[in-house]
Amino acid sequence: MPAVRVKFWGTRGSLPIAFDAAALKDRLASALVAASGHDVGTIEKARAWLERGPGSALSQTFGGDSPCVQLEAGAAEYVLCDLGTGARVFANRVLQRHGATSPQVFHVFMSHLHWDHIMGFPFFTPAYLPGNRIVIYGCHRELEHAFRSQHAAPFFPIPFERLGARIEFVTLAPGRPYDIAGWSVTPRRQDHSGDSYGYRFERDRRSIVYSTDSEYKLDNAADTQAATAFFRDADLVIFDAMYSLADSVSVKEDWGHSSNVVGVELCQLARAKHLVLFHHEPANNDDKIASIWRETVRLEEITRHGAPLRVSAAYDGLEIEL
Amino acid sequence: MLISQKRYANVKVLTLSGRIDNGTSDSFKTGLGAHVAECRAGGDRLVLDFSGVDYISSVGLRALMLAARQSREQGGTIVMAALQPVVREIFEISRFTMVFDCFPTVREALAKISPSALAAYDARTPG
Repeated sequence: MPAVRVKFWGTRGSLPIAFDAAALKDRLASALVAASGHDVGTIEKARAWLERGPGSALSQTFGGDSPCVQLEAGAAEYVLCDLGTGARVFANRVLQRHGATSPQVFHVFMSHLHWDHIMGFPFFTPAYLPGNRIVIYGCHRELEHAFRSQHAAPFFPIPFERLGARIEFVTLAPGRPYDIAGWSVTPRRQDHSGDSYGYRFERDRRSIVYSTDSEYKLDNAADTQAATAFFRDADLVIFDAMYSLADSVSVKEDWGHSSNVVGVELCQLARAKHLVLFHHEPANNDDKIASIWRETVRLEEITRHGAPLRVSAAYDGLEIEL
Repeated sequence: MLISQKRYANVKVLTLSGRIDNGTSDSFKTGLGAHVAECRAGGDRLVLDFSGVDYISSVGLRALMLAARQSREQGGTIVMAALQPVVREIFEISRFTMVFDCFPTVREALAKISPSALAAYDARTPG
């Protein structure tokens, strides 16, 4: 069986963010204090200290690109979920690897068409290169319209018609499995403004659930059972944990996002193996996300009623092998 | 999920016991609802005694949020007391400690929200 890898190219929700000057200054100050007394007198030593030494935690950031996740299983064709700004970084890696003249095939599954999930496409270099084939799957009737509109004036200077790649749009029906690029893929409608769709991917007895931009309320048995069935025994669940539970049931109720608390509960009910917190709130800095991750690990420990559930917080550049 | 009640002056202390989860949340909501309806300006204040609760799920916390919203609209007061350590952590992680005042004991809750209820409590409670 080929290894299955999940690569996170963009993990931030709603809006891409930058690691700004104030955050950089804080980080440098912390690093200088932590490095005091250590031998970091050359760039090489400083790099080693940051990468492998006590400073390694200070050299990490969750990143700021909006959603784009790659599923890799040794096949030649690429599989992505969503085309947020993380897709630009992914595209750059693809070009570095293959060059501009080696045709590639990309299968992209869209959770929905809100801006943060499509805004990477105008900067998705493979779309401009003749010979490439890009198949965009989704359950929204407006799938093609949204992508074409984003390229139209006054939003972008290059019309969709001038893209060199062969671009196809395929509308899927939720609730039924499709065989695509070696995966069995089942979409499921989710609670989000204008609807969103989660995807369950299966191959070689491994399963991945991509469920972002979804507000799970778990306030009636039928909905909870349906969500649990979708998550059932998943090896990996990529889960929208944008808000705290208190926010998601009060001031941000019906904003279409979930919490870390509900993510743990659903995964425990479904006996999933690994929960990845995803679609991070843009207002949260690295310390805040790390704190939420630690709390979520703790929540899983104190509420565990079966096998342990591994909990991770997604960051731009994270790779998980199943 | 069991709810028993005691009155101290203008405060009702609701003592909860068991787990508040997907299986018991409906009875919890129903049981709590009748008391919340009377939690209003000039009416009862509520102390929820969590000493007998060893778990609360998101749906139970959602029910508490709805109760808080309703009582706030009515000008009422609801506070929490005697959370077990695990439940206290769940409140903290879900940020419900920012929604409700949580007191270590029922007595401390009464002391904060009603001097007359505290006096009644001390008069009835030995030691």
